[in-house]
Amino acid sequence: MGWSEFTFLLTGLKWTVLLSAIGFVGGGLFGLAVALLRTSDIAPLQRVTAGYIALFQGTPLLMQLFVVYYGLALVGLKLDAWVAVAIGFTLHASAYLGEIWRGSIEAVPRGQTEAAKALSLRYVSRMKDVILPQAIRISLPATIGFLVQLIKGTSLAAIVGFTELTRAGNIVSNQIFQPLLVFGIVGILYFLLCWPLSLYGAHLERRMAVASR
Amino acid sequence: MNYKLDFTPVLEGLPNLLAACLGTFVLALSGMALAIVIGIGGVILRDSRFAPARWLVKAFVEVIRNTPFLVQIFFIYFALPLAGLRLDPTPTAIIALGINGGAYAIEIIRGGVQSISKGQIEAGLALGLHKAQVFRLIVLKPALRAIFPSLTSQFVLLTLTTSVASAISAYELTSVAQRIESDSFRSFEVYGTITLFYLVISWVMMRFFSAISTRYFSYPVK
Repeated sequence: MGWSEFTFLLTGLKWTVLLSAIGFVGGGLFGLAVALLRTSDIAPLQRVTAGYIALFQGTPLLMQLFVVYYGLALVGLKLDAWVAVAIGFTLHASAYLGEIWRGSIEAVPRGQTEAAKALSLRYVSRMKDVILPQAIRISLPATIGFLVQLIKGTSLAAIVGFTELTRAGNIVSNQIFQPLLVFGIVGILYFLLCWPLSLYGAHLERRMAVASR
Repeated sequence: MNYKLDFTPVLEGLPNLLAACLGTFVLALSGMALAIVIGIGGVILRDSRFAPARWLVKAFVEVIRNTPFLVQIFFIYFALPLAGLRLDPTPTAIIALGINGGAYAIEIIRGGVQSISKGQIEAGLALGLHKAQVFRLIVLKPALRAIFPSLTSQFVLLTLTTSVASAISAYELTSVAQRIESDSFRSFEVYGTITLFYLVISWVMMRFFSAISTRYFSYPVK
């Protein structure tokens, strides 16, 4: 494998990072909305968001990408593969992050909500100043765990035809006929991306386990 | 917006799609079985006195958990023939699923074993229970009970991951759907339908595990 092939893989890596970042940020924004609706007092909203989460957690990510990809084309939106895939990951991430954050919002002791209500804080202030800061802390290890899962998940964009790291690997391996070498390097690149995050997540988890002992 | 949905190709392919659901179950269940074997074996090695074995298992777990399944299945697909194993895509996919699920199973099972305190085992022995009885009743069953929820969600995830095996055209739902799609170009109809199939499949898996859980693990603690 020559230098030009390797830089091609690095270009793929760039798209993997970008796609993960967009999915994570977009999914984070929508996910927060999902988590807040899921923990709200309004029953229909709870049910709708619960269904949304169940739908995404009960189907393969690959199918979600396919359906979004072809579904958007169906309603007449002629979108770039890149935009369609980004929307797919955003929806996927919003369901998973929504569920993780729902759990951490509910893990904040009930007395905190009651105290905030007793101090006559309105919903926005109660969430923004009291509940969410604590919930975010609780959710951090699981959130980072999901980020790793999301980065690995972006490899499925290769099957839809988007040239990120895995598809770049496919292309190079078809050119130079050394699949083991190419996918070995691709694997190492993913590992270098994900492992520090995993270690950090595990570190946070240990620290929280000590704190709550 | 003038597109008319047409489900005829899906209906014509329905027998094939339903048969492929069985393929998905076969892939998922065999993958799980292999994952459990790797998980238990891995835990034994992970806590053995032989340091290189411990490092090896640790490295295996980290590598598998921090790389995408798609890359793993490609790697295994090309590596097995070099190791002298010429297998069809479906057994190859089972091996890949087993290895992937095994890495997660090691971590989960290890957590369960560590949740059993030494005092329990000593108490069991002091009561005159046999070593095998102590293992079965005091270590295995409570440990399984403790890890059952995380094992369940991991295995449901593994079931959904079988769709990725279509990348090496193993026999399962997604690859059969892809064939129907490429013949008919009814992409949305085909993938929309099998997305619902997957929803049912994962629901069945969840029911299956929760039935096991109520049958064996619904006794009060302490």
